[in-house]
Amino acid sequence: MSMLEIKDLTVYYGVICALKGISFHVDEGEIIALIGSNGAGKTTTLQTVSGMLAPESGQILFEGEDITKVPGHKIVTKGMAHVPEGRRVFAQLSVLENLRLGAYTRSDKAEVEETLGRVYKSFPRLEERKNQLAGTLSGGEQQMLAMGRALMSKPRIVLMDEPSMGLSPLLVQEIFRIIEEISASGTTVLLVEQNAKKALSIADRAYVLETGNIVLEGRASELLEDESIKKAYLGE
Amino acid sequence: MSFISYLIAGISLGSIYAIMALGYTMVYGIAKMLNFAHGDVIMIGSYVVFYAVNSFGWNPYLSILASVAVCTLLGITIEKVAYKPLRRAASLAVLITAIGVSYFLQNIALLLFGSDSKSFPDVLGLPALVLFHGSLKIPGTTIFTIIACIIIMLGLMTFVRKTKAGQAMLAVSEDKDAAMLMGVNVNNTISLTFAIGSGLAAIAGVLLCSQYHVLNPYTGALPGIKAFTAAVFGGIGSIPGAFVGGLLLGIIEDLSSAYISSQLANAIVFAVLIIVLLVKPTGLFGKVTREKV
Repeated sequence: MSMLEIKDLTVYYGVICALKGISFHVDEGEIIALIGSNGAGKTTTLQTVSGMLAPESGQILFEGEDITKVPGHKIVTKGMAHVPEGRRVFAQLSVLENLRLGAYTRSDKAEVEETLGRVYKSFPRLEERKNQLAGTLSGGEQQMLAMGRALMSKPRIVLMDEPSMGLSPLLVQEIFRIIEEISASGTTVLLVEQNAKKALSIADRAYVLETGNIVLEGRASELLEDESIKKAYLGE
Repeated sequence: MSFISYLIAGISLGSIYAIMALGYTMVYGIAKMLNFAHGDVIMIGSYVVFYAVNSFGWNPYLSILASVAVCTLLGITIEKVAYKPLRRAASLAVLITAIGVSYFLQNIALLLFGSDSKSFPDVLGLPALVLFHGSLKIPGTTIFTIIACIIIMLGLMTFVRKTKAGQAMLAVSEDKDAAMLMGVNVNNTISLTFAIGSGLAAIAGVLLCSQYHVLNPYTGALPGIKAFTAAVFGGIGSIPGAFVGGLLLGIIEDLSSAYISSQLANAIVFAVLIIVLLVKPTGLFGKVTREKV
């Protein structure tokens, strides 16, 4: 059984049909990349899975449970965290307050402290700046905060939306290294990226989205060699 | 000595504006809407105390508690019935609805309680503080008002900074979707904010009427607008801003009517607001949010 299974998902964004019945699955421990150009429906997919958007039809199964109708604020308690596009950190709150909000649904204080320690270990910069307002962090630090905040809920799967957007090449390296680290620690990753080359280089499998449809899927290593992919997304 | 007593009266009036402004500012912060019915909730709350004390002979403090309960329920109901269905509507639609709710409450009060002004007793009945061998006399209600305002402000600051529910409130006020991703129930958080704001409105109502002794269906309207002004003055969305804005507004109003002209007092208050907004459009404590890429 797959950890996350999306069946025939159709989503409207206002009057526009953003997803036209897509199906895909994510197995436990995998890094899955969703790639595609702007407006292909990548963000819509993640937002629907995490309950920010309601689908028109279709089904979302997480660890065998139908979560299609589960209200957005309950999704995180199921073990799914979402690092949204554009980071969406709480700019007026401190780094520490942001991280604590990530553990909002957890009640065991000792366990939360332990997770906090682990997040600080992965992101030492966040510990250095824990009392600073999140809005004063650099873009890269905000991305780390958004990721750390998601990890605070101790998720079994993390959805990440364009984590490398707007970052310098060096920081992009760093972010991708951390994604691999998160994966190595046993958390499943569903990754949306415009940086297809990078995404495919760390992913196990990938799906290619085009105007609301999945047009191609396969092993990431094979897609990296695919001529049409090279031409359309890798700029070769 | 007269300056000091005018100043204290101003601080007291300002404290009432501040308590009301806290309700405005919290609701604005979270729902991004101006709850124009806030002033009328104050009026309803005052009627509750008036009838509880005068008709049922309740203890004044028990009556205030009853009024807080009624206003809290009223605030939650208004939000659920009138504003929640418009959560994703244009802000103009919400604004007009809020004005509609305001008139609705005023007319309900006209129907239930009549248009005649009731003489509102000083329900608190606290002794005055006499200083400097009788040359300065501060009414007990005035002192109570100032202390109540400070306690409420500090309480709210502690609440939003130190409690989980308060942090959720700040998160929702900044980004509803991101807060939802953290597991925060956005609707419940908005309800809680309306509940707190309306509960405070009840307290503001009692303090206002205990000092000015007049209660009619329009009692809440002008103070409501002024409290809103105070919230904007201090920087809407900011708790310390509402506190400082309210105090300054009360002091300016009181000193203007004492030393310049009581007819001009309101004009001066709003002129100061205009000047502040021209110089600092976000208000005294307003935050400039900058997007970072």
